[in-house]
Amino acid sequence: MEYFIELLLSGLTRGAIYALIALGYTMVYGIIGLINFAHGEIYMIGAFTSFIVATILSIYGFPLLAIIVLAGLAAVIWSASYGYTIEKIAYKPLRKAPRLSALISAIGMSIFLQNYVLLAQTSEFLPFPQLIPDFPFMEPIAHIVGSTDLVILVTTTIAMLILTVVIKYTKIGKAMRATSQDRTMAMLVGINVDRIISVTFIIGSSMAAIGGLLIASHIGQINFSIGFLAGIKAFTAAVLGGIGSVPGAVLGSVVLGLTESFATGYVSSDYEDVFAFSLLVLILIFKPSGLLGKVESQKV
Amino acid sequence: MNGRILEVVGLTMDFGGIRALNNVDLDVKQGEIVALIGPNGAGKTTFFNCITGLYRPTKGDIFLYRQGSSRASLKGMKPNRVTEVGLARTFQNIRLFPQMTVLENVMIGRHCRTSSTIFGALVRNTSTRMEEDSIIESSHRMLVKIGLTQYENEIAKNLPYGAQRRLEIARALATEPELLLLDEPAAGMNPQETSELVNLIQSIAAEGQSILLIEHDMKLVMNLSERIFVMDYGKKIAEGTPEQIRNNPTVIKAYLGEEVDA
Repeated sequence: MEYFIELLLSGLTRGAIYALIALGYTMVYGIIGLINFAHGEIYMIGAFTSFIVATILSIYGFPLLAIIVLAGLAAVIWSASYGYTIEKIAYKPLRKAPRLSALISAIGMSIFLQNYVLLAQTSEFLPFPQLIPDFPFMEPIAHIVGSTDLVILVTTTIAMLILTVVIKYTKIGKAMRATSQDRTMAMLVGINVDRIISVTFIIGSSMAAIGGLLIASHIGQINFSIGFLAGIKAFTAAVLGGIGSVPGAVLGSVVLGLTESFATGYVSSDYEDVFAFSLLVLILIFKPSGLLGKVESQKV
Repeated sequence: MNGRILEVVGLTMDFGGIRALNNVDLDVKQGEIVALIGPNGAGKTTFFNCITGLYRPTKGDIFLYRQGSSRASLKGMKPNRVTEVGLARTFQNIRLFPQMTVLENVMIGRHCRTSSTIFGALVRNTSTRMEEDSIIESSHRMLVKIGLTQYENEIAKNLPYGAQRRLEIARALATEPELLLLDEPAAGMNPQETSELVNLIQSIAAEGQSILLIEHDMKLVMNLSERIFVMDYGKKIAEGTPEQIRNNPTVIKAYLGEEVDA
């Protein structure tokens, strides 16, 4: 039973991380109908930025809390500016082009960013410092759930709540929903659609950056290529839940995280990815629109 | 005589080799209801798309005269700027935000007149809250005026057809336009819905709202409008009062074809 709970919690943690990245995919898809394949790289850049900032700050002997906050802030700002810039240079000029063009541009951007970090940094795996200390109050259950996992779960929950409130109740959230439902009409009620698209990229990238910081301190190492698999997994989660749907992305991420965790725990860790992608294939066969996705009606 | 509110000068729009609009002049005066009519394919909707910024006209210019300020040229402006300056429109085939509630659809129209930012929304400071409350209140008043209060929290796509049309007008009015553009507001409506619509348009106009509308329902056009512009093959072929248009031989020819001498 204890083993089951351990797997359950580690699955939820995985799911929380996937969700932070998957939300970026699903929001961008919802607004401009593009699978932003460079999103995984945004997450990787977030991890690298927090690594660099944390290393520098710890050399100067900053207290741990200050390091976490500043590294997180730097990662968010840096990743968000990458997300913003990528949209402006790689997607905006292609907005009226066929969807495939923008998709290929996204793949190109992904490859470019990976190699850029490879050249600018290193091809080695870098040891990521454990930023989150073991909390004393977690001692009794430390063998089931680590402090980092707790922080991940709490942070992700808070991020989702904020996002939900923003989308549901604020002016900018309404403008985002309007843009995703009918972009032309959104312009005609006075919404600056370019700005809304930029904001979407900024929000998505910020969450990926937080994910980057959290998972890097969870796993303990980073590399220029970590964005690829994380991106694919988060994309799987978004499709699983129904791409374009925000609650769908969260649900899909949790389902994917749990599947992987139980498969690793009860079968073999060798089959982790096999289970994850088998799940994707099954969902696509039996419910192509995803768990919470809407059936896309043909536009006339 | 009131002053002009919209002045379109020599508007020309080419799509490749096709001239969809050819040197069209049009004007609307303050508080007036003006109709734009013409056979199918005459370029009426293209005209609307040009003045609302969806298309960039090849030649010509569009001026909006705002109360208490100088005229603004709308040519080359993005659609969201055009709306901010003071034009709002509805579509021939209804374009609501289908997954949003009726109230939200109207609120979103109001947002272009407000100034709150995402940061204000997150910390929910007093000015943002007050602004949001006043938006809800004024949107609610708008629904009362248009007669849609019973649907307030309904998802827009679940509304009956006539109510969707009215909601589209309510959303356009929520942007506080200087000039309201209606693209075939009576299309697909039954006679009762049409007569309700006529009442609605008249009551909006009675409050001083200037309106330019495209319509095929001749009875509606003749009843409502003070002046009529007629287009055919991208050109303006006539303008005048309903009486003048009814007896204009060029217009009759465009609609019915030429009379054959027996």
